[in-house]
Amino acid sequence: MKYADEFRDKEIALGLAKTIRAETDPGRPYRFMEFCGGHTHAISRYGLEDMLPDNVRMIHGPGCPVCVLPAGRIDMAIRLAERSEIILCVYGDLMRVPGSQGASLLKAKARGADIRMVYSTIDAIRIAEDNPEREIVFFAIGFETTTPPTAVMIRLAEKKQLSNFSVFCNHVLTPPAMQNILESPDIRNIGRVEIDGFVGPAHVSTIIGTAPYEFFAEEFGKPVVISGFEPLDMMQAILMLVRQVNENRHEVENQYSRAVTRDGNLRAKEEVSDIFELRDQFEWRGLGPVPYSGLKLKRAYARYDAEVRFGMNELCVDDNPACECGAILRGVKKPVDCKLFGTVCTPETPMGSCMVSSEGACAAHWTYGRFRDHQQRRAS
Amino acid sequence: MKAYQRKLDIRNGCVDLSHGSGGRAMAQLISGLFHEAFGNEWLARGNDQSAFDVGAGRMVMTTDGYVVSPLFFPGGNIGSLAVHGTVNDIAMAGAKPLYLSASFIIEEGFRFADLKTIADSMGEAARTAGVHIITGDTKVVERGKADGLFISTSAVGIVPDGLDLSAENARVGDRVLISGTLGDHGVAIMSKRQNLAFETEIVSDSAALNDLVARMVEAGGAGIRLMRDPTRGGLAATLNEIAQQSRLGFHLVEEEIPVKPGVAAACELLGLDPLHVANEGKLVAIVAPETAGAVLVAMREHPLGRDAADIGEAVADDHHFVQMATSFGGGRIVDWLSGEQLPRIC
Ligand code: SF4
Repeated sequence: MKYADEFRDKEIALGLAKTIRAETDPGRPYRFMEFCGGHTHAISRYGLEDMLPDNVRMIHGPGCPVCVLPAGRIDMAIRLAERSEIILCVYGDLMRVPGSQGASLLKAKARGADIRMVYSTIDAIRIAEDNPEREIVFFAIGFETTTPPTAVMIRLAEKKQLSNFSVFCNHVLTPPAMQNILESPDIRNIGRVEIDGFVGPAHVSTIIGTAPYEFFAEEFGKPVVISGFEPLDMMQAILMLVRQVNENRHEVENQYSRAVTRDGNLRAKEEVSDIFELRDQFEWRGLGPVPYSGLKLKRAYARYDAEVRFGMNELCVDDNPACECGAILRGVKKPVDCKLFGTVCTPETPMGSCMVSSEGACAAHWTYGRFRDHQQRRAS
Repeated sequence: MKAYQRKLDIRNGCVDLSHGSGGRAMAQLISGLFHEAFGNEWLARGNDQSAFDVGAGRMVMTTDGYVVSPLFFPGGNIGSLAVHGTVNDIAMAGAKPLYLSASFIIEEGFRFADLKTIADSMGEAARTAGVHIITGDTKVVERGKADGLFISTSAVGIVPDGLDLSAENARVGDRVLISGTLGDHGVAIMSKRQNLAFETEIVSDSAALNDLVARMVEAGGAGIRLMRDPTRGGLAATLNEIAQQSRLGFHLVEEEIPVKPGVAAACELLGLDPLHVANEGKLVAIVAPETAGAVLVAMREHPLGRDAADIGEAVADDHHFVQMATSFGGGRIVDWLSGEQLPRIC
């Protein structure tokens, strides 16, 4: 594809790859986790792994809001959508996420539930205005980046005095999940997490800034480089991490200074904290319950909170016991180490969180990287 | 009961159940709208079927259903699409398409004016492609039972002697040629469906490829192993299908694959891969290496093949992978799409 895009320049990329090769110490491993699914996607889509030396390994973290949504929350949404008065508005990529026993919103829609795919929060508001006799519920998901638009939507609903509109809130927070990866009790079972640094999410940081990551750098001694999503951004961030490791530094560095500041977007942060508050804990598919990692609507906005409004009960569904997501999300195992990978678990029939969306670690490996396994097998 | 209308009021009228009842209203619809648009000697005879001469060579036949939403999109509508799609299925056998049938399932309330626009563009598409729509059927269903209009078309054509295009003919070293930019149709449809306003309007590539194919066959003959039109599932699905059937793998070079900047930008925005997006006026040809150059020249001389490109080659691969050297210098698989193509949220 002929892009005249300065962030995809092959020559610069090859130059960066060469510098990374020259600066890494062949005697030690460099294991970096990119937390965000957008990064995972870029790595796979542009074949970045091919350009890195063998001792630099990228670990695909849990950073895809669709993947980490537990089956129970999907079941809750399906139950809601099955009520005849309700129109459930969802983003397209949620439609195929499996709930318990193979259920999904796509299947619920086929059976007659009124589920509408929307492309922005504004679409949901419009549907609410067009259908005053129905109850419109917006299935809100996403990290810090998508929370401000949900807040704006609630403000708008308030302004328009919409009485038939509410939000099923599944917004989650990045820093608590990163912390969980490094220090959850699970680690006793799955083994030591060997991560030498993090590629931090750029979009999230445009909102929250880089400051929240300083804690990791200090407390866990891990370097963090906030990186953009273009392949050149990624390569540069990796080089910055390599340098920090070599120099025994652990700081928060900002590769994405064209959009990210230390403090982030103050107005967006204010808006979010006006409307949302922390949940004591929220379950992540693959990670289990993570303390203070999810948001819910404040009491003052309870009329817009679908969970309150429709008396929704929390449903919990256990993940498939053979699924190795927890270990994969922490970099202890690779997708091919899971017995289910590529057999019962494929993008068409995902069993665990890493296979659910194209940005999950297993799905990305299945879709873009599978051929490497055969090459490696042949080589060994 | 509505008063019976003597003449079709094309400007203001709409289809109702009487137009599918087999009575006079239906006869009026067929002669006043469809025959008018398709006009040819076979239809004029007014039989329930049409007899035609069969020339020398092997016959090919195909059938296809069209259920697109929206019905009208930049660069065409469901009618022209139905003709192009079916003509192309025939053309991919290296055949000359001759005759088409068209069957309409119309929802009551569908406006005559829209139906006429659609029928007219079918007639136009058929004339341009040099084929005739010689038989058809009309059914009207109650409101809510069809999404406005469904069209099914079938076609027959004739493959010239000595030509046998098929996936099992492909060999290691064969070149992969495509006739132009990818993803135009899918993005044009999506841009309307999702009311996404893109800076540049992206127009569907919907077109009949039989003339282009005829030139290619002239230039390449049996050196052309097979051809496919990468419609739903895009180039990715088509090449994976061919890889499975031919028991080969493919190596593509991303830099060689033409994609319009507007399409690339829209795909980026929606989180889609242009290789997965549908085309309606493009073809992929797997061609013997010694013939590929001549075929490519012939393609580029044709208006529908101006942006034709050699994008890779067939390789030996037990896993039948389609691999691609990315424009960034890495490598990756080009897989089938899983499920429906749904935009990502972040
Ligand atoms: S292959 Fe499937 S089951 Fe195994 S870890 Fe990945 S997502 Fe979980």
